[in-house]
Amino acid sequence: MRRVVITGIGVVSAVGNDKAQFWDSVSSGRSGISSITRVPTDNIRFKNAAEVRGLTASDHFDEKSLMWLDAFSVYGIIAAREAISDSGIEFTDALREETGVVTGSCLGGKESEDKHFSDLYDLKKTRFPPTAIPAAMANAVASHVSMEFGLTGPTFTISTACSSANHALGNAFWLVRQGTSDVSIAGGSEAPLTYGNLKAWESMRVVAPETCRPFSKDRTGMILGEGGAMFVLEELEHAKARGAKIYGEIAGFGMSADAHHLTMPLVEGAAKAMKRALADAKMEGSEVGYINAHGTATQANDVMESNAIRTVFGAHAPNIFVSSTKSMHGHALGAAGALEAAATVLGLHHGQLPPTANFTEADPECDVNVIANASVDSLPAAALSNSFAFGGLNAVLAFRRWNG
Amino acid sequence: MSENPVAEKIINIFAQFKKVSPEEISMETTFEELGFDSLDGLNLIFELEEEFDIVVPDDKVQSMRSVREVVEGIETLLADKAAAEVGT
Repeated sequence: MRRVVITGIGVVSAVGNDKAQFWDSVSSGRSGISSITRVPTDNIRFKNAAEVRGLTASDHFDEKSLMWLDAFSVYGIIAAREAISDSGIEFTDALREETGVVTGSCLGGKESEDKHFSDLYDLKKTRFPPTAIPAAMANAVASHVSMEFGLTGPTFTISTACSSANHALGNAFWLVRQGTSDVSIAGGSEAPLTYGNLKAWESMRVVAPETCRPFSKDRTGMILGEGGAMFVLEELEHAKARGAKIYGEIAGFGMSADAHHLTMPLVEGAAKAMKRALADAKMEGSEVGYINAHGTATQANDVMESNAIRTVFGAHAPNIFVSSTKSMHGHALGAAGALEAAATVLGLHHGQLPPTANFTEADPECDVNVIANASVDSLPAAALSNSFAFGGLNAVLAFRRWNG
Repeated sequence: MSENPVAEKIINIFAQFKKVSPEEISMETTFEELGFDSLDGLNLIFELEEEFDIVVPDDKVQSMRSVREVVEGIETLLADKAAAEVGT
């Protein structure tokens, strides 16, 4: 069986605009949640989000390119550039032929779409710019990265709400493991902080008025976040042959559908996806020492996910450290799984498991071993990263620590 | 049917949503008896916000599980709104 390792990581997020800053924040429990500055919040009941700050798109793209780029593409492309540069990979013509780009996005280019629709509906403009469609398409990041690096292998985008990035990473992992490609560039990005989208989330009544406290008894809901993370996934021997540095191994991927309800999650569906990820990785439950939880901090998710973890791991469950890094980088929807894969792999790599920030009090309904507020030094053999989407679509990645 | 106009409007909205006659719904009817799940509840609260031009805070929604609880909650919010409008 071919094995797949991560040889490059790139991140743009509310807690840092590159991999090093992201890890520095996430490992020290520093949250990026603060007042929303992107749009006026006078008419929105919640005022906080995890916004990307201090990133000037024109430092990374020329004016002409920027016309075609929504914020979610800016985040995704910058993250992909960092991942590729970080991996040190040199694309030969042959490698370009078979390397593709697989991305996740829930919303696509909502910022540009929102602006153009507002021009049309409110300002009564009669013309729509030709940049609108290419900027808004959900596959924009995959297309731009493939063009920038001349990658002509399997390239596509998956949109499964909050599971998008995990589905993208899982499918890219399978492409490399099954031998379709030796290398795939994969991850996800999202820029959901538009007025229209914030109003839509308000009506779901799952956004916290203050901050995100996953698994904490006083949790009041999720906090939206934005950003992106991209990875270079590489077949192990290919990586070894070029002397690449290896952050960790993607060992398995599992998915399932609840077939139950649009918004109420189901223990059985979440548990099935975790079990399938373990089976795909040929991994014993006892190997797992860390789970980066979906952990949205809604009442429903955190109880369901805790029960699902106990269902899957039984007597071993209390030995597993659990955290939700959404407490720091927010819930970045289609980018969530990518940011959390970065937190998980870097945690395994550094032997330091990132905490759940903003945690105040254990909830007996969430009976898992939560890493509260401060990271723990630990060297688990393996970890899971969970994503459970609205619509009942679940995607779980299994990682192994690299001892090489 | 109630003499209370707020209750009457609310019961009519619920009846329309459930495709039943308003006579089948009383003040004591619960969401569970009506077969409303959490998403139905959100949709109904949205309709009530539109109907009465009020904002139902997230924490109030949690305590609205029967027709009576909804009517009482909405009446409180309408009273708050009226008080705010006359500046008291």
